[in-house]
Amino acid sequence: MTDPIVGARIWLPEAALQGLIDQLRASGYEVVGPRVADGAVTLVEVTSISEMPRGVRDEQEPGKYRLTVIEGAGLFDHVVGPHSLKPYLFPPRTTVLEVLKIRDSWDARVPEPPRPKRAVIGVRSCDLHALAIQDRVFLGGQHRDPEYAARREGLFLIAVNCSRSAPTCFCVSMNTGPKVDGGADLVLTELNTGFVVEVGTEKGGEVLRGLDIRESTLAEFAEATEVPQRAASQQTRRINLATVHDTLINNLEHPRWEDVAKRCLSCANCTMVCPTCFCSTVNEVTDLAGDVTTRERVWESCFNEEHSWTGSGAAHPTTKSRYRQWLTHKLATWVDQFGSSGCVGCGRCITWCPVGIDITEEVAAIEAKGGVA
Amino acid sequence: MTALPVSPWRVSMTTIRAVKAETPGVTTYDLSFDDPAAGYSFLPGQFNMLYLPGIGESAISMSSDAAEPGKLRHTVRAVGNVTRAMERLLTGDKIGVRGPFGTSWPVEQSRGNDVIVAAGGLGLAPLRPAIYHLIRHRSSYGRVTVLYGARSPADLLYTDEYEAWHSAGLDVQVTVDVGSADWQGSIGFVTTLLSRVPLEPTRTDVFTCGPEVMMRFIASGAVNRGIAAGRVFVSLERNMNCAVGLCGHCQFGSEFVCKDGPVFPFDRVRRLMHVENI
Repeated sequence: MTDPIVGARIWLPEAALQGLIDQLRASGYEVVGPRVADGAVTLVEVTSISEMPRGVRDEQEPGKYRLTVIEGAGLFDHVVGPHSLKPYLFPPRTTVLEVLKIRDSWDARVPEPPRPKRAVIGVRSCDLHALAIQDRVFLGGQHRDPEYAARREGLFLIAVNCSRSAPTCFCVSMNTGPKVDGGADLVLTELNTGFVVEVGTEKGGEVLRGLDIRESTLAEFAEATEVPQRAASQQTRRINLATVHDTLINNLEHPRWEDVAKRCLSCANCTMVCPTCFCSTVNEVTDLAGDVTTRERVWESCFNEEHSWTGSGAAHPTTKSRYRQWLTHKLATWVDQFGSSGCVGCGRCITWCPVGIDITEEVAAIEAKGGVA
Repeated sequence: MTALPVSPWRVSMTTIRAVKAETPGVTTYDLSFDDPAAGYSFLPGQFNMLYLPGIGESAISMSSDAAEPGKLRHTVRAVGNVTRAMERLLTGDKIGVRGPFGTSWPVEQSRGNDVIVAAGGLGLAPLRPAIYHLIRHRSSYGRVTVLYGARSPADLLYTDEYEAWHSAGLDVQVTVDVGSADWQGSIGFVTTLLSRVPLEPTRTDVFTCGPEVMMRFIASGAVNRGIAAGRVFVSLERNMNCAVGLCGHCQFGSEFVCKDGPVFPFDRVRRLMHVENI
């Protein structure tokens, strides 16, 4: 009997992936995985591998996302879609306070956050790095977010090494992929008839017990090693991670900011699909009588003018100032605040930008004509 | 399961004990906590999030004496949803409070030094707790100068206190941009007062709060007179939503103004204060 200890390399036949899902569900996990919805590969609840996107590939370009089905392609031949782990840890809408009017005063209570057990199948290396970044934002400082902490605790992660890159991917240059380098309970690499599984944690090994597994052969492991290497070799976009911080900080008045502001719609799509963007705002929601108020925290964006509003006007009143805030934060001041870049090279902001603005191109343009500080 | 972090959204209820109209559109509210056992205390220069259920929150600095935290006092200009709704409140009404948040004027670090407090308009409100502290510990400081400017005599805050500040050993100098028929005092910007005040740059700290452009001129003026930029402190205003660095609204370069500020040494923010719309 094969013992799936931490570090073990296991062979999981494709049919046994269903057993893994069943095992997780039996242990009380909601299982989330890739599933086609509304023309995109989304991350939603799955109960059966038949619901997963077999043979589906995504064509991605700046401002373009299309799905095609390829005969003989695998369950994980797609790259990243518009969803990431973010909504499962930092929900787009959540209640932070409930207030009841009682006579002439108010009774305000913080609701107990839910503590779900959730397993996610198919997490990519970039998104694991994004998770580590959000951990630092929400849990790493003096003030920690209870909702995030509650959701993080019950998370079980089954990562997948990417077998291909989209043209929008640039994780290689950000040192965030495509090969998974930690942070997951299990790491799958898809081969023709099944998966090489690397056991990342004891919890991960535990759910493999009782499944139709054996140790993987050296040949299987060698083949699996090549899978993310192939994906890496396909990447053409890049950001110079070593220089981008200073390039941006020393060029806050660069003419390129005006140029990109003419194209940017300030629509906030990039910040919604970004797996690390964490801006939020709290709205007051009241019943008609005004006796019950809930304070709802919703995703917000630095691309909205009201985001920076003060009594003296908006701090970022123009698209130029808002795009500059986003890009300099993501790639430069984030490092000062949290010790790492806020970008993982997933390329979502490029794909889902309705006008196809490409952050790698914007950085390159500033870099090429730099020094205008 | 491990214990979850304490929610930053917990709010304490307070009751309005007094309402005082200060200048046009500016009101001071005296608040007391409904549950005094909460053990609230703050430092001069910090702020609270004031909350009206169904309307929202607004970040407002404390303007009262930090030595008497139970007698909380906020001076508020009615300019947004929340502060305009506060204008309609009366004694006995409730206001929710989260806080205190942010950094403070370095009153302890400044012991033994001369201090110049330079305020513009409503910027005197967050500096008043520092003034009270300097008065309370007057012998611990050298020369203490208050420079205050407002648009017009009618816009001057706390006019009934200047005499007491003067009697307590502070040099209080007041100026207005535009005078009135009965104005006997100085006319001109507060930056002009700074250029005239006698000072020893190696032992002088400057605390300034007001419109950003005014703080920039005060800070640059102080630096021009030989005061090190690290001895000049400014209080920045940005949109505050969560007040604990989790929501992103108050980003200013690498700083979260809510938790890394609002009070910053000028050398830390100097470069960005010269970039438009940063």
